[in-house]
Amino acid sequence: MTSTTRPAGSTGPEHAAPTPSDDNGLLGLGTFFRRGTASADKRQLFLTGGREGDVFYRDRWSHDKVVRSTHGVNCTGSCSWKVYVKDGIITWEAQQTDYPGTGPDMPDYEPRGCPRGAAFSWYTYSPTRVRYPYARSVLLRLWREAKRAHPDPVDAWESIVEDPEKAHAYKSQRGKGGLVRVSWDTANEIAAAAHVYTIKRYGPDRLAGFSVIPAMSQVSYGAGTRFYSLLGGAILSFYDWYADLPMASPQVFGDQTDVPESGDWYNSSYLMMWGSNVPVTRTPDAHFMTEVRYKGTKVVTVSPDYADNTKFADEWMAIHPGTDGALGLAMGHVILRDFHVAAGTPYFLDYMKKYTDAPYLVALAEQRLPDGTLTHVPGKFVTAEDLPEFAAEENAAFRTVVMDRSGAPRVPNGSLGHRFGESGLGKWNLEAGDIDPVMSLLEGSYEPVELSLPRFDTVPAGTDDEDANHVGSSSLVRRGVPARRVGELLVTTVYDLMLAQYGVERAPLPGEWPRDETDTEAVGTPAWAETITGIPAAQITRVAREFAQNADDSHGRSMIIMGAGVNHYFHADTIYRTMIALVMMCGCQGRNGGGWAHYVGQEKVRPITGFQQYAFAFDWQRPTRHMTTASYWYLATDQWRYDGLPADALASPLASDRMRGRTTADTLIEANKRGWMPTYPTFDRNSLTITEDAAAAGMEVPAYVVDQLQKGELHYACEDPDDPENFPRVVTNWRTNLIGSSAKGAEYFHKHLLGARDAIRAAECEPERRPRDMVWRDEAATGKVDLFTTLDFRMTSTTLHSDLVLPAATWYEKHDISTTDMHPFIHSFNPAIAPPWESRTDFEIFRTLAGIVSDMAREHLGTRHDLLAAPLNHDTPDAMGMPHGATRPLAETPMVPGVTMPKLITIERDYTAIRDKFDTIGPLSEKLGMPVKGIVLHPEQEIAELAGMNGVARNGSCAGRPLVDTDVKAAEMILRLSGTSNGHLATQGFHTLEKRTGTRMADLAAENEGRRITYADTEQQPQSVITSPEWSGSETGGRRYSAFVQNVERDKPWHTLTGRMHFFLDHDWMSDLGENLPTFKPPLDMHRLFGDAKIGSTTTGHESAGVEVGVRYLTPHNKWSIHSEYQDNLYMLSLSRGGPNIWMSPADAAKIGVKDNEWVESYNRNGVVVARAVVSHRMPEGTVFMHHATERTVDVPRTETSGTRGGIHNALTRVLMKPTHLVGGYAQHAYGFNYVGPTGNQRDEVTVIRRRSQEVQY
Amino acid sequence: MRIMAQMAMVMNLDKCIGCHTCSVTCKQAWTNRSGLEYVWFNNVETRPGLGYPRTYEDQDRWKGGWIRQPNGRIRLRGGGRLRKLATIFYNPDMPKIADYYEPWTYDYDMLLTAPADSPHVPVARPRSLITGEEMKISWSANWDDDLAGSQEIAVNDPILAKMNEKVRLEYEKTFMFYLPRICEHCLNPSCVASCPSGAMYKRVEDGIVLVDQDQCRGWRMCVSGCPYKKVYFNHRSGKAEKCTLCYPRLEEGLPTVCSETCVGRLRYLGIVLYDADRVTEAASVEDEHDLLAAQRNAFLDPHDPAVQVAAEAAGIPHDWIQAAQRSPVWRLIHDYEVALPLHPEYRTLPMVWYVPPLSPIVDEVARTGNDAEDHRVLLTALSTMRIPLEYMAELFTAGDPRPVELALRRLAAMRSYMRDINLGNPPQEEIAAAVGMTGQEVEDMYRLLAIADYDERYVIPTTHGEIGRAMAAVDPMGCSLDEPDGVGMNGPGLAAAGHAHSEADHGGSHGSGSPGGAQRVRLTLSRREDLDGFPGTPGFAGGAL
Repeated sequence: MTSTTRPAGSTGPEHAAPTPSDDNGLLGLGTFFRRGTASADKRQLFLTGGREGDVFYRDRWSHDKVVRSTHGVNCTGSCSWKVYVKDGIITWEAQQTDYPGTGPDMPDYEPRGCPRGAAFSWYTYSPTRVRYPYARSVLLRLWREAKRAHPDPVDAWESIVEDPEKAHAYKSQRGKGGLVRVSWDTANEIAAAAHVYTIKRYGPDRLAGFSVIPAMSQVSYGAGTRFYSLLGGAILSFYDWYADLPMASPQVFGDQTDVPESGDWYNSSYLMMWGSNVPVTRTPDAHFMTEVRYKGTKVVTVSPDYADNTKFADEWMAIHPGTDGALGLAMGHVILRDFHVAAGTPYFLDYMKKYTDAPYLVALAEQRLPDGTLTHVPGKFVTAEDLPEFAAEENAAFRTVVMDRSGAPRVPNGSLGHRFGESGLGKWNLEAGDIDPVMSLLEGSYEPVELSLPRFDTVPAGTDDEDANHVGSSSLVRRGVPARRVGELLVTTVYDLMLAQYGVERAPLPGEWPRDETDTEAVGTPAWAETITGIPAAQITRVAREFAQNADDSHGRSMIIMGAGVNHYFHADTIYRTMIALVMMCGCQGRNGGGWAHYVGQEKVRPITGFQQYAFAFDWQRPTRHMTTASYWYLATDQWRYDGLPADALASPLASDRMRGRTTADTLIEANKRGWMPTYPTFDRNSLTITEDAAAAGMEVPAYVVDQLQKGELHYACEDPDDPENFPRVVTNWRTNLIGSSAKGAEYFHKHLLGARDAIRAAECEPERRPRDMVWRDEAATGKVDLFTTLDFRMTSTTLHSDLVLPAATWYEKHDISTTDMHPFIHSFNPAIAPPWESRTDFEIFRTLAGIVSDMAREHLGTRHDLLAAPLNHDTPDAMGMPHGATRPLAETPMVPGVTMPKLITIERDYTAIRDKFDTIGPLSEKLGMPVKGIVLHPEQEIAELAGMNGVARNGSCAGRPLVDTDVKAAEMILRLSGTSNGHLATQGFHTLEKRTGTRMADLAAENEGRRITYADTEQQPQSVITSPEWSGSETGGRRYSAFVQNVERDKPWHTLTGRMHFFLDHDWMSDLGENLPTFKPPLDMHRLFGDAKIGSTTTGHESAGVEVGVRYLTPHNKWSIHSEYQDNLYMLSLSRGGPNIWMSPADAAKIGVKDNEWVESYNRNGVVVARAVVSHRMPEGTVFMHHATERTVDVPRTETSGTRGGIHNALTRVLMKPTHLVGGYAQHAYGFNYVGPTGNQRDEVTVIRRRSQEVQY
Repeated sequence: MRIMAQMAMVMNLDKCIGCHTCSVTCKQAWTNRSGLEYVWFNNVETRPGLGYPRTYEDQDRWKGGWIRQPNGRIRLRGGGRLRKLATIFYNPDMPKIADYYEPWTYDYDMLLTAPADSPHVPVARPRSLITGEEMKISWSANWDDDLAGSQEIAVNDPILAKMNEKVRLEYEKTFMFYLPRICEHCLNPSCVASCPSGAMYKRVEDGIVLVDQDQCRGWRMCVSGCPYKKVYFNHRSGKAEKCTLCYPRLEEGLPTVCSETCVGRLRYLGIVLYDADRVTEAASVEDEHDLLAAQRNAFLDPHDPAVQVAAEAAGIPHDWIQAAQRSPVWRLIHDYEVALPLHPEYRTLPMVWYVPPLSPIVDEVARTGNDAEDHRVLLTALSTMRIPLEYMAELFTAGDPRPVELALRRLAAMRSYMRDINLGNPPQEEIAAAVGMTGQEVEDMYRLLAIADYDERYVIPTTHGEIGRAMAAVDPMGCSLDEPDGVGMNGPGLAAAGHAHSEADHGGSHGSGSPGGAQRVRLTLSRREDLDGFPGTPGFAGGAL
């Protein structure tokens, strides 16, 4: 503390102080007249004084150096910044403006950065900075006692965690203060001992590392995941967990997320911002949106509130939250009706025919309805297997079929069946050859067939509740398609199914069709959508027509920027599919300026291949334990015990019995057992022990495991998450804020994972709602985790609940690299100052830990064999394990590892060599090559170059291997081993791909074949990446990146069943949920499903307050938080309202009698929050916002409802499993890390809100 | 003719995304010091809204700027020197801290220091940076951000109050836009004229208005005199401080911090030449609606050879004249007439101008199914836009809707005209003609508004170090009205009563012992310490280094 001057009230401007300076009044009065009396020389006098008076500001604008860095937060902005340093102190930051240009006819990428980034340096010296290692005092005391009794630290750790009293003593202290400073040595010793003990006693898959969005700081992320990969720990995903992963993307495109860079917005000539508040969430690039308007691009926003971006819109479609799927269907209806059927727009039809599954044949299945009538429903894709003349082809069940204009079914190139196997070489492409598929069987002779299609907009049976917000049951609509016989099968095309689904009547076909424009009952029409969305039918029609007309005029330059406002719903995949269908039917995908543009936590590790080698230690062993985080926490935090969501409640009326009588939790267990999804911890036995048991039994490990499972001697851990054998034991957080931000169902984390105090309000499930396939223990487990560690540079709810808090370097204190899909550049981080106090980089922390663990392993672990159960992977032949996505009951399915159950892989782990491996590049990269998205890159030359650049290990178990023992060397490895940053690998990859596709591709990278982006290059200037087969777009010739340009222009198939973009999905579970085709599903009815309040309902139940009102509870991103994690920045708080807020409409405020800035409390079954109200008419009635990352660390009082500290924004949400997210093992429905998996959706919640006592207690 | 060069700024509000990056980078660079906790040289207001400080535009209340007297001459609205003298120890027009906001921090260190077995999860509570006491936060530098007004708060928006037509603040009719503000660096600055100490001045070479930190005596008449409330009082140093237009950067040819970091790319910096002899006249026109034209008339066309000769004769360096010709500000003000001044009715002749924002059409149009994209509709659709023309007119043209309408029509026409080019159709010259432009001009304007890169947005001539302060020999602009028989504070009106200035004026305020010097010594540390934590109270957040 250096200052003794306090800005006390006596000199504040609110007091008209007589003389604020040290002058007295008389002298001041003298100057009052100075210039008047000295008129002769007043100018000169004036000037002299003035020039000297300038000096202060000139001085302040001085600095010793300016250092390039960026921010590793998960905003995905990836902005290059100038960090100013004076006297060894970081003073402020400003954006770099030296991005490579974009060409003469569009704006450049300068500057890039937002106010949140500009405020970041506040953290460097802020009072919330974590400057030293800390430990929980109770644990530290136990540790010191234990060390006296057990000199070996691993034994010491055992003596604590295996003693229930001791374990409870420190776990129950989590979140209750009592952090005390410890030395790095002590902190490291505790952490390493916990790791070694857990591996030894429970197995390495009881360790978990949680870090997010690697693209934003790839080395910092990778250091930790490399450490855990080498140990065998679970690496928790983030994209699905955040609900940012749009499951529609793998479903439709067979790709995780591939989207245009922001500069490509400027190529658009019709731009919709749909649930994406670009100025707030994509601040650095918003200018492309504002500027493209000046080219005459029309801008339309779709949002429930008058959002920041609405200011820029030509039109605002004010939609009821979560009903976007209805708008998407209705727009599709207009486009199909007017442009496809009525006008026959050639551009659209040609595009659909070539690039989508529209012309592919689907068999129609007969089904008996409950009332006994027989009906037809869409079945499975017709495949070569169904055609006698093609049935003998390799992978015939994965070669899909079209109807040629000649009337014969044909098998075009490019399907999944061509992607793998000898016979597909040169044929995995979109070339039509002599095949001319018909889009509709209406072209030619046909048989009209009436189908039953599910609809989900109906009022549940058995309720007389007509409340529009209280919907979500299902019924059937009957619509006809033209069909034809192919052999035994009655078939139609996907296009015909689409027209039926969208209610577009052509020739006389049976069924119920829209009566006219005003038919509000007909699913798919604008009039119908108006009743659901609140958007005028005329506006829907007009915008749809404009969107399509523009696409026709511009050849596909209509774009939809879509965001979390539509993507965070439980049924987001259905919403997205209706939106993506629009860009598909208008020929916009793969076109610069067009297509879907999903910006929700999306990221792009552009140097993906090298990154994967480094971060997951694929250079040493394969695979690693990639885990779906939503299911991980769902089980680990016992949210499954409160859920009990009947799978039936989500099902189509046409569903089979598969979901009957089961909960969604049961579907998770099934998906895990089938190998569709990863599941760690995997078994109720140590994975190191299983291999030894197998050896003892004299069996191969996979056979042994199958045998044990069949005998019931071995079980999946997910079947009994409350068995102490199955607990996650060690969890390490870095670059994240789990407990303060992303923890959906935060209160369940407190109780079950951490053993801390909670405010859960829900009861556990009654027996009839309990999962059928899981063990129910009467006593739920609490405090499952033994060691909860966080690396951070500031205090968060996560550090407050941690046992160890390790001081991490900030983004201005380390070397690293960053990329994003918002722009095509690679940025470097560089230290403006050395990590201050005792902070260390993530890299150094994990590297050090690796060393200590290796040392302890000599005594306790040595070399062991680890059984790793891996899911069936996307982009591999695994995806052909289950023809037609057809399941048989699990009990009747033989256990075949890698086909009907997880792959069972044994990995040898020398635990004494973890550090040596951490420090060097292993041999597998060159020995086995580097697989990426279905091709393999071979880096022999690059490994040799890295040995030269980085040096080689001189001794130790990895002597001779190239070094990656510093962060810069790790960055060089990532850059050198990736096509986007190494032209040699890019061209090599394209040549490999060409063999499979038979089309020309390698020229895309030829201009850069000799280019190698080095770390030093990135320090000088942002580096433009190289077009590479790792991604689907092209930057060739300075072009803006747009997804799937390679597919559209080079006839490269999508990674799907047909090789085309899919409207139709035929996996069994998709059928059961009625999601074969794009459809509308409203937000979950939380009242019906979970007994929460009805929206709009008012009660006067609570003793402390008058009226409460039920509202929809949304958690959009906050303008004043640094993305999803940091809301404690004093600058940001000073520019907003300085604490937690809930935004609400004047109407809702009036209902509960609350005024602007008064305290309110909001609760539902999951928890309770307290905040100050912001009342604005830009909010719609019935909906409140509590912004994302509203943490509990700043100005959060205790609640009246629970008596505990108010919760975070996610205290009111909870993880829910959607079975279609769990689908795997089949074509594009196959697992990839952060590619596929249950999303931790959070937009469907409702909550009750009320004005609370204004006297708050902290 | 007294030709002068003025560094001026245009902000295109149609592009402003309201992100406040400008505010943060400015704050970090200049005002994160004690005494200035509440100060934002650059702030961004959501309109409708109250602004910062609250209701500063209500000059009936705050008495800033000038008013025109019945005799045709202007005087400070806050009164002449006699009133200033009479109120020098108690200025009724002075905003109180609450009118800005009471700055605060949090006891962040509780997060780390909370003792074991705390009953609840530790939390950092807000504390006043003024008193150190715990507080409930009830106003901030940007309290009404994104409110789009709100029925509780915007009712006090002085602009809404002025409007004849009642604006209904309801969901279906919601509108809002953002207004970033810095010091206007006026040609006729009322702050300079208000200063009893002669500490405020307008730099001769580029017209930047500054406070001489050595001369300032902290009377704060500038604070009340400025109608934009862009002069602030440093309650620690006892001096006035204000936006310096980042002159240490401009002198090197770098744009201001707020401009360079403007991620919306909406700011333009450039030279405008003007005739200082026309300033008084321009500020004094009778009809407020004529102030815009009068100010434009005071500007000199840098492409006019006569102006160029006169400028060289006046000692304006050759490259400055060239810079004036390339000035994007001049083009937006003069060539395209899309930029307008903020509150010309204050008669200070402000030099930060604004392009007014387009806005979405209202729902009535959405319901009719008309295609608002069609240029015939676009050009007539201004009346259907959400932001009422009248609201913008009250901001930019003293209530005259015509110049605002012209600017918006030109923006709209540009969009229509460019759409054809965008889609590969032949452009329609009649669209440009409908707004009095040629197609080429429209395209040029498009490139300036949409594409202009760094060097085109900021055309900044560097200072001429080789001639030192030679330009200082030219008449430095104090207040334009500060001339014989002028009405400025430093005019001769009370000269007869004058005393010779005290020697203490010179001796006492220079050197390292002065407040300015003291600040410099502590520069680096203080810049991190002040906002980072409230200094001083043990156990309570501090940025100890």
